[in-house]
Amino acid sequence: MSFPWAKNYEPQQPLMKWLDEKLPLPRLVYNAVGAGYPVPRNLNYFWNFGVLAGAALAIQIITGIVLAMHYAANAGVAFDSVEHIMRDVNAGWFIRYAHMNGASMFFIVVYLHIFRGLYYGSYKAPREMVWLLGVVIFLLMMATAFMGYVLPWGQMSFWGAQVITGFFSAIPVVGEPIRVWLLGGFAPDNAALNRFFSLHYLLPFVIAGVVVLHIWALHIPGSSNPTGIEVKDEQDTVPFHPYYTAKDGFGLGVFLILFVALTFFSPNLLGHADNYIPANPLSTPAHIVPEWYFWPFYAILRAFTFNFLWIDAKLWGVIAMFASIALLFFLPWLDSSPVKSSKYRPLYRIFFWVLVADVFLLGLCGKMPAEQPWVILSQIGAAYYFAHFLIILPIVSRIERPLPMPNSITEAVLAKHAGTSSASATA
Amino acid sequence: MVRPLGFLVGLGFIVALLCAIFTTPLTNEPQAAHAFHKHPRHIALSSDGLFPHWDKAKLQRGMQVYKEVCSACHSLNYVAFRDIAELGYTEGQVKSFAKSFQVPSINPDTGEPATRDGLPSDRFPAPYANEVAARAANNNALPPDLSLITKAREGGKDYLYSLLIGFENPPKNLPKELQPGTGLHYNPYFPNLNLAMAPPLADGQVTFADGSPNDVKAMASDVTAFLVWTAEPKLVKRVWTGWAVLLYLLIFTGLTYMAYRNIWANKEH
Repeated sequence: MSFPWAKNYEPQQPLMKWLDEKLPLPRLVYNAVGAGYPVPRNLNYFWNFGVLAGAALAIQIITGIVLAMHYAANAGVAFDSVEHIMRDVNAGWFIRYAHMNGASMFFIVVYLHIFRGLYYGSYKAPREMVWLLGVVIFLLMMATAFMGYVLPWGQMSFWGAQVITGFFSAIPVVGEPIRVWLLGGFAPDNAALNRFFSLHYLLPFVIAGVVVLHIWALHIPGSSNPTGIEVKDEQDTVPFHPYYTAKDGFGLGVFLILFVALTFFSPNLLGHADNYIPANPLSTPAHIVPEWYFWPFYAILRAFTFNFLWIDAKLWGVIAMFASIALLFFLPWLDSSPVKSSKYRPLYRIFFWVLVADVFLLGLCGKMPAEQPWVILSQIGAAYYFAHFLIILPIVSRIERPLPMPNSITEAVLAKHAGTSSASATA
Repeated sequence: MVRPLGFLVGLGFIVALLCAIFTTPLTNEPQAAHAFHKHPRHIALSSDGLFPHWDKAKLQRGMQVYKEVCSACHSLNYVAFRDIAELGYTEGQVKSFAKSFQVPSINPDTGEPATRDGLPSDRFPAPYANEVAARAANNNALPPDLSLITKAREGGKDYLYSLLIGFENPPKNLPKELQPGTGLHYNPYFPNLNLAMAPPLADGQVTFADGSPNDVKAMASDVTAFLVWTAEPKLVKRVWTGWAVLLYLLIFTGLTYMAYRNIWANKEH
């Protein structure tokens, strides 16, 4: 793996030499995120979000471990134990709000990371495995976030659990027994809360493991870049450290500023008032709404209102919702264009931005109650979502005529700088 | 192989959605209550915004309103007597305030249920022993716990304040099915317009030691401020801690930006 001109780890100190012989852990780090990893020199700020997602995962794990020291996973006292953290635990309010908003910040950076990949074609050969592992991480994140939202055992926790586990009852014949088996009862209760807590503690470490595979798979071809042209020689690259550690350090600062502003100034902005009411199986909230990061998928779920081809509308919705994520696994083969970056794909670029608008529309539909005009908008939005990936993208990648491309990363960089200097000269 | 199969799958979803589009009615079922429902009125408190502080005199008045009016039906389960030291009471005042309440206990000699004087470590005692007792006393309605009420309702403090001052006679054109039934009271700020709680406040109901105004609006405002505090006693501390953390991060980020520019200074990218 890596490029022939990658710097080699040469320990200077006797202790590090000794360590490197017995267990080459410093060498591993040096080659992964140190000077031993050559990275294209032309990465823009959209390449910060991988590191930021890693930082968000670390923050979630650390705050989560502390919360678990004070939280009680029992349906009788779970809500009280969260209020105990908010009122009586030293800085408990900070840890809990950081964890709560940390989930949102994690999803924000991961969504930007995913759309970066879509715009710059990062999912294409030779990086298909990086993309596939990324989709696995995204699925694990969704499961973890859902189970975490159940733990405070408020009204939205309970009814969210009711709705999500209800997906399984859409499966013909065996659906209802599967749902009861997964929940450990006929409705979410103590058994469900305990297993959700157990899995909510487990899955972040599974995510961390898949992140290691994600980075490992990335290091075989090396990082992509905004031109989509592969690295050709040493002058196309810079060592990760200090160049990108410095840039990521600055990105991390900006990320933390936004995170802190949200956590300290408006911690409940992205939450829902109903979750400050203790869970009550006898009282259904007027609108059951998931957290914002699930809104687009919730809209797809609810868009199917017709029993098409003798399949129940509810089952259509559940299949479509899972399919909307599962189709991402096939993306590297749905898009056959050899050109990666949208910079040189005039037609795909248009449809990319339409997709972004479509996902925002679906998000809005998922937030709003199931009334018109939101129902028809979600139906149109969901139809476009599937059309984009399964119909438009394969056709566009076949008929599109890409723009002329530079020969190398260095040539692109030098052309950009020549352009700006001549522009300033004429001004 | 992937592309033709994907095409068919995509077509399947799209046709199912087109069928859904043409079979779903485009009009919503009319909801008469919407026309009479009012948006909450804004109430400005010193704990709002980015530079908050607690108005301790106001919170003390609000607690008096809670104690003399609301606590007849509503519990305050998450607030302990010791917490009210934050409202500007001395240790002695907290102790004597706690002592003015009787809390459930056990007779140390017989083990029988008993009551004793409250201690600072006790929570505010609930007015009813359990949900059944609460419903029995309130026409089968359950008065919610107020500890978190300003965080647990859409609209928060604005909603609570509007609800407290919003009781009125039903408008003349109110459809029959929306008229308040027996034991219900019309309030346009309540989601379904009619609620079991009778107007709780009347002008002059509570007399404040500092002679502050005690009309319905003033008392509603005071008790709202108090319930913002009970919902999040760490609110003011939270915002000011946020400023300190933000200042630190701005300096940190400024330094990292300079380091970044310095390292990349001679590298075109």
